[in-house]
Amino acid sequence: MELVYAMAIGIVTGSGVWLLLRPRTFQVIMGLALLSYAVNLFIFAMGRLNMNQAPVLDPTRVIDVAQYADPVPQALVLTAIVIGFATTALFLVVLLASRGFAGTDHVDGSEGEHR
Amino acid sequence: MSLLAIILLPFLGSLCAAFMPANARNAEAWLAGTAALATTLLVASLYGDIQSEGVLRASVPWAPSLGLEFSLRMDGFAWLFALLVAAMGTLVVLYARYYMSPEDPVPRFFSFFLAFMGAMLGVVLSGNLIQLAMFWELTSLASFMLIAYWNHRVDARRGARMALTVTATGGLALLAGMLILGHVAGSYDLDVVLQAGDKIRAHAWYPAALALVVLGALTKSAQFPFHFWLPHAMAAPTPVSAYLHSATMVKAGVFLLARLWPVLAGTDAWFWIVGGAGLLSLVVGAYLALFQRDMKGVLAYSTISHLGLITLLLGMNSPLALVAAVFHIINHATFKASLFMAAGIVDHETGTRDMTRLSGLYRAMPITATLALVAAASMAGVPLLNGFLSKEMFFAETVFIARPDFQRVGLPMAATLAGIFSVAYSLRFIHCVFFGRPAQELPRAPHEPPGWMLVPSALLVFACLLVGMFPAHTIGPFLAVATHSLLGASTPEYSLAIWHGFNLPLMMSLAALAGGIVLYQLLRRRADSVPLLEPLDGKRAFDFVQTALSTGSERLMRLLVSRRLQVQLLLIVVFALAAVLLPLTADRAGWTLARPSLPDPAFALLWLVGGACALGTAYKAKRHRLAALVLSGGTGLATCLTFAWFSAPDLALTQLTVEVVTVVLLLLGLRWLPRRNDASAPDIPTSTRLRRWRDRSIALLAGGGLGSLAYIMLTRPAGEGISPFFLEQALPLGGGLNVVNVILVDFRGFDTLGEITVLGIVALTVYALLRRFRPAPESMELTQQQQEHSTPPPDTDAVLPPGPMAVPAVLVRLLMPLALLVSLYFLLRGHNAPGGGFVGGLVLATTVILQYIVGGTVWVESRSRLHPPHWIALGLLAAAAAGCGAWLASLPFLTSLAWHGSLPLVGELHISTVLLFDIGVYMLVVGATVLMLVALAHQSLRAHHRKPARAGEE
Repeated sequence: MELVYAMAIGIVTGSGVWLLLRPRTFQVIMGLALLSYAVNLFIFAMGRLNMNQAPVLDPTRVIDVAQYADPVPQALVLTAIVIGFATTALFLVVLLASRGFAGTDHVDGSEGEHR
Repeated sequence: MSLLAIILLPFLGSLCAAFMPANARNAEAWLAGTAALATTLLVASLYGDIQSEGVLRASVPWAPSLGLEFSLRMDGFAWLFALLVAAMGTLVVLYARYYMSPEDPVPRFFSFFLAFMGAMLGVVLSGNLIQLAMFWELTSLASFMLIAYWNHRVDARRGARMALTVTATGGLALLAGMLILGHVAGSYDLDVVLQAGDKIRAHAWYPAALALVVLGALTKSAQFPFHFWLPHAMAAPTPVSAYLHSATMVKAGVFLLARLWPVLAGTDAWFWIVGGAGLLSLVVGAYLALFQRDMKGVLAYSTISHLGLITLLLGMNSPLALVAAVFHIINHATFKASLFMAAGIVDHETGTRDMTRLSGLYRAMPITATLALVAAASMAGVPLLNGFLSKEMFFAETVFIARPDFQRVGLPMAATLAGIFSVAYSLRFIHCVFFGRPAQELPRAPHEPPGWMLVPSALLVFACLLVGMFPAHTIGPFLAVATHSLLGASTPEYSLAIWHGFNLPLMMSLAALAGGIVLYQLLRRRADSVPLLEPLDGKRAFDFVQTALSTGSERLMRLLVSRRLQVQLLLIVVFALAAVLLPLTADRAGWTLARPSLPDPAFALLWLVGGACALGTAYKAKRHRLAALVLSGGTGLATCLTFAWFSAPDLALTQLTVEVVTVVLLLLGLRWLPRRNDASAPDIPTSTRLRRWRDRSIALLAGGGLGSLAYIMLTRPAGEGISPFFLEQALPLGGGLNVVNVILVDFRGFDTLGEITVLGIVALTVYALLRRFRPAPESMELTQQQQEHSTPPPDTDAVLPPGPMAVPAVLVRLLMPLALLVSLYFLLRGHNAPGGGFVGGLVLATTVILQYIVGGTVWVESRSRLHPPHWIALGLLAAAAAGCGAWLASLPFLTSLAWHGSLPLVGELHISTVLLFDIGVYMLVVGATVLMLVALAHQSLRAHHRKPARAGEE
């Protein structure tokens, strides 16, 4: 289980970083999206992998901490997902404006000598 | 508490002055004068207390957690200096009232003037080293603003910048020195530091502390080699020169040296550094003053010279010299301020300060001339004036200094030489301007100034005479109190008499007088260039250093900084990699791998697809954006299922809804990106190939690194964290069963409030950016699909859209109330079961977007207007209100309040402010999401209809 999970993080991270280093704005935005998946998964994994232990308490029983998944990484990731959406939206609009302004979708606003 | 009032009064006055109308010259002067006079009286009224108690203290807690408090301390020396600052301020305000012209923006002048006065009093009265350094920098800032007061003049701006650069740099050095002193003494409290003199002088860091403190003092007091800023500061209005740059601010340096004299003085290092700088300033300043054409230039260099005299006295390591230094601080302030006032009057009434043009003004302005004559005589050290007394004491000190031979002979000679220069430039100042043939061709016909303008100068000159003739009865007691507070029991015997008999110091004075007269006669013919010291130009050195620094940093910037995003991102990734790898290489124990548990085949399959989608996105993102978007959505879904798999239902729900909204958002953006030709370039240059391989390996490293790190973490037991607290206290403290939601809206509610604020700001920013959006010309025309299937203009009256969208439109409309219900359900149950404001809001937003997609923007907006900005505002207000509600119960912000009870008919009820908070989150998420998506969707309409001004409105 852990191996698959770790490999998944690795593959998504690798794809994300590769796209992050590309020259086109759309590639970078996709790279950021992939990277945020990977990072969210990574943070989430800090609570370890638990199945059928959602941190929703059962009021009829005495609370046993060991029976529930770690809620803190979940709260962190939930925040990260929403903020990630906001930054994606902002970046999209900035890249559209930059494209309208500079006439190119190169990240530097000009084609430069490299492609 | 009157100590506090002494500091606060000028600052309050400054605040009031700043808000007065620009032409209220009289009101401003009255205000400033009243504030200054009241401060003076306050200071004066404390004399009795100082005499009886010795030291007055007052303190206000400032940052108690850091052990800092705002502490004020007044002893005899501080009292004398504070009185000097306040009284001089009062006189200069009166003078400035007549000096400033009606066109000058006086609020700015008086406001900064009073602020300076407050800051200077702060320096004098500070009972804490750090606080002293802070007020010290404040005086530099006030001086900057006042030198640059006539900011339309280039020389004023340059002079101000130079003064600020030099004095503020010195101030930084001073702060460092103070930190060392405080560290060594064990406290920043001035009382403690003053007691720790022996400990500090014996400490290994004493040289560093000494060098830094002295650097601060020398820059402030314009001592050689930092003297060059003072003549350039003469671009300030003359009242400023009289007050800041002769009487008070430049004295802050010598004040500090005297203040810390019991702590730092007494060593050879002190003698050579302080005494050396003082001697050089004394002689060089006086010499340069001989050759100035500008009246204020003469006075500026003379100030440098006299400050050098004081610094030299302080550097002599003799208590008697310290007494002389304190005495000369007062004397110099009186005669020099009066001379500056005279120079200002001449400038004011004739229109020039150029000594080669001025001549014979005595006839036109006899009173001004007489006052200047007496003050200049005092500056030259003519008997029966106060300048003579302290100079005599100085000469005596140089003669009787206990140093090796060559210093014992050299010092009196240098002192006499400086005395000769001083007499010569004083003579020149008076003779050149007021005597000789009456000047022709002056810009204005000279005459006496208004009577009140002469009063401050006259009072000061009167003080010179009074102190000069009856020193023991006028200044005597005050000087005794001041020096006693500095030296304590070791205060030496001194005599303030005028006549000490025919001794060597008197001979030196007479020699200086005679030599000065002769020197002036010799030099009368040449006055434009400075012989001998011409190459010694501090300003040129300053400019050189400044240029070298700025070009150097530019070069460094070019070398180290790239404006290209790719390079920056590459550096970030590489540094992140290195930052993670370094600790891992240090600790090999982290590398041992545990055996993994067997994977569930379904989970493995899930990530086979998810990973393939990620790789596909990476591959397709350049040429096939739509495909890449869909594939990344696949990875997102795999992530979402993973969350669900591993006991995170809230995350799964949020991820799912966010995924939908993100894909719609990006789809809307695709239309505005340039078309990429499918035919790839046949030959890719080698450099590009190499770069791609480099990036591939970096990506491989990053992916492998994060993956291994995750694996290492996952196969180890979790550490003891803070999670048990949340699990245990969610119900008793938060009153909710869904711990994740309780953390978000209750325990860490402040974070969430910040987060939704960010979300709202982003939405408004997106909206604002799109209002001014100008698409690239080639994206303006209709898309290929729109051209092929030409659609009729939307009919807002139609019940259903025509064409293939009719059936989906029916379904989507049926969905609307259901989705609303579901979103409310998620919202309300969020505290006890998976759900909450984020998920609920996103569900509702998705439904609204769906209406737009299927029904078309025009059709939807003809039926209803959602006003997303209102939702954002209401949401934020609701969340904030939920937080503020706690104040009603006298609890901290965002403490949750709950009411549990039963109502008739409704049954058992649990109402909490947390619900209101979550409703706020819900509304904000709806508003922000819809605002962003609709704003983006409107761009198509706008371009289509070519109505750029209106379309972005909603």
